[in-house]
Amino acid sequence: MEHLLKVDQLKVNFNTYGGEVKAVRDVSFHVDQGEIVAIVGESGSGKSVTVQSIMGLIPSPPGMIKGGSIQFEGKDLLTLSKRQMRKIKGSKIGMIFQDPMTSLNPTMKVGKQIAEALITHRNFSKANAKNKAVEMLKLVGIPNPEARFQQYPHEYSGGMRQRAMIAIALACSPDLLIADEPTTALDVTIQAQVLELMKELQKKMNTAIILITHDLGVVAETAQRVLVMYGGVVVESASVMELFENPRHPYTWGLLQSIPDTDTSEKKRLVPIAGSPPDLFSPPKGCPFAPRCKYAMDICLEEMPTDYDISDGHTAKCWLNDERAPHPETFARLGETENA
Amino acid sequence: MPKNLVEIKTLKKYFHLGKDVTVKSVDDISFTIRSGETFGLVGESGSGKSTLGKTIVGLHQASGGEIIYNGKKVAELSKEEQRVANKEMQIIFQDPHASLNPRMRVGDIIAEGIDAYKLLKGKQRERRIYELLERVGLLPEHAKRYPHEFSGGQRQRIGIARALAVEPKFIVADEPISALDVSIQAQVVNLMEDLAKTEGLTYLFIAHDLGMVKHISDRIGVMYLGKMMELSDSDDMFQNPLHPYTQALLSAIPKTNPKMAKRERIMLQGDPPSPTDPPSGCRFRTRCPLAMEVCAKVEPSFKEVEPNHWTACHLYDA
Ligand SMILES: Nc1ncnc2c1ncn2[C@@H]1O[C@H](COP(=O)(O)OP(=O)(O)OP(=O)(O)O)[C@@H](O)[C@H]1O
Ligand SMILES: Nc1ncnc2c1ncn2[C@@H]1O[C@H](COP(=O)(O)OP(=O)(O)OP(=O)(O)O)[C@@H](O)[C@H]1O
Ligand code: SF4
Ligand SMILES: [Mg+2]
Ligand SMILES: [Mg+2]
Repeated sequence: MEHLLKVDQLKVNFNTYGGEVKAVRDVSFHVDQGEIVAIVGESGSGKSVTVQSIMGLIPSPPGMIKGGSIQFEGKDLLTLSKRQMRKIKGSKIGMIFQDPMTSLNPTMKVGKQIAEALITHRNFSKANAKNKAVEMLKLVGIPNPEARFQQYPHEYSGGMRQRAMIAIALACSPDLLIADEPTTALDVTIQAQVLELMKELQKKMNTAIILITHDLGVVAETAQRVLVMYGGVVVESASVMELFENPRHPYTWGLLQSIPDTDTSEKKRLVPIAGSPPDLFSPPKGCPFAPRCKYAMDICLEEMPTDYDISDGHTAKCWLNDERAPHPETFARLGETENA
Repeated sequence: MPKNLVEIKTLKKYFHLGKDVTVKSVDDISFTIRSGETFGLVGESGSGKSTLGKTIVGLHQASGGEIIYNGKKVAELSKEEQRVANKEMQIIFQDPHASLNPRMRVGDIIAEGIDAYKLLKGKQRERRIYELLERVGLLPEHAKRYPHEFSGGQRQRIGIARALAVEPKFIVADEPISALDVSIQAQVVNLMEDLAKTEGLTYLFIAHDLGMVKHISDRIGVMYLGKMMELSDSDDMFQNPLHPYTQALLSAIPKTNPKMAKRERIMLQGDPPSPTDPPSGCRFRTRCPLAMEVCAKVEPSFKEVEPNHWTACHLYDA
């Protein structure tokens, strides 16, 4: 089957006064219809830049797409004109940002913002657009939608704003929804509401979703597949079950170990990842995780590992998975026991 | 040291926003923090956790009630006793970036308290800075650098070193790890646990991440809209939450085990009510799935319904 979205060898740089930042280095992945794919990873690892590239939102300058392609429904988004891109953005791809205040228009009533999208992209009449907008507000769980239609964003609470954004993003029933940390700023109780809503919409409308998050719990509960990013590259990619049960990259091991287990009353010491996140001005020429990796071998510092196939749909960019690596079995077991 | 390092009695902190608009951010809260324990504080955003922490360490003046530190009423301390109390109670803030002066060298930042209280000078001061840097896992040569040269986790360590410099007994840690990378959070939590042991520190640990709160805390308090809703031992809270808000809160924690991820969740309906106009009776009743008639009329009192397990909810009226 043809993928809904296929990102291939994407490279994005930023020119800053400190030098050239290689924010995204050869990132490849795909998303199928109706599937939720999560992206997790270190802060600054290139998660937002990756999805901003899909939306044509990389500011240039300083940003530059240095290579690769982004196929969406058979078209390469990177070759489209601004006008063609705008059309796709409003109707086929929706995006939710971490901070709703930056993307809601503070001077326009919330209801009108939804209606506007429907009029521009779906040729709705004014009256129909209003009805549909009220329906959308109701769908995302905003109480008293008729009255709320008439209010401005600042009259909404944080959780309601986030839901209003989702309503706007979903009004035109996009095929792909990109959500960049949609719940990071929210309480766990409101977070649960928003995630539940996204899952429901995925089921009802068969929308594909890319979900960026820091929270592995959110991944486990919401996504089918997950990409782990570190230092501008995808270091591991697998189904959610496979990633939690059989992680094959030391950074993923580190992530899984550093979260406490709430299901036991035993007080185990947390196992942090030692060292600091990488410097993207001069990324190490080998594996980006090598300076912090306790299993690093000489080769790791010299050469970037390839994506090793672990099983169907599971790849890991780590030399330990090479058959020439010493005792790959031992290492794999080490990762397991640390996670146990 | 007394059994209870900090005792809070009917503490209130109100903010007046306009002529007739008042936010009761901390409204009649009583509890104790035992010497040597880590007391975790969780709850809805805007429920008053930071305000409570700041009021305890004296950054806000209380609107009512009293704070007893080390067996003495803070309001009745002499000037000198007040100075000592201020020194012994420190606070660490959420954003390690915003709370460190970018134009000061790390060594001088760490010595801020030492200089303010004129504790040490010259070589001794310098030695103390090196010792503190080492204590939090940094290096002596870091003293000469500026905050922007450090990662988030390192900056948070600098904030901790600054708090430790004046030999505090009690530290309010207000979301000390929220701004950090997941991979760095564990470094800071481990450091805080080590310091609790070696320096005999008592913490009030405020956080949104319930997993971390459970991990680090001996006891936990749950706040909602200016009120303490529940208080118990950490394990007890997770195994046997009594208040419907706590039950909803705990059921909303995403499980990192995908096999256990599909389970019953209590979904709260609606939004948190406005803090300037809280509901009558129980403040949670507008979102409580178990609310009864009495809940709108009478405010439930905060009482010990099981040994060492306190809650404010009419479901437990005898
Ligand atoms: N407009 C910009 N100008 C310069 N550098 C940028 C710009 N946008 C992003 N970058 C750089 O690109 C890198 C990747 O950033 P990105 O925002 O994708 O990280 P992220 O994985 O989303 O992190 P976080 O979890 O903190 O949101 C970072 O080093 C960042 O500093
Ligand atoms: N200086 C202030 N002036 C006016 N109102 C304030 C002030 N500080 C806090 N408040 C209000 O008091 C209430 C409690 O705020 P507080 O910051 O203590 O909440 P919190 O529990 O720490 O929330 P969060 O989890 O979002 O940090 C909020 O309604 C807030 O708007
Ligand atoms: S490639 Fe080497 S350095 Fe990188 S994660 Fe694997 S073992 Fe560690
Ligand atoms: Mg981002
Ligand atoms: Mg706060």
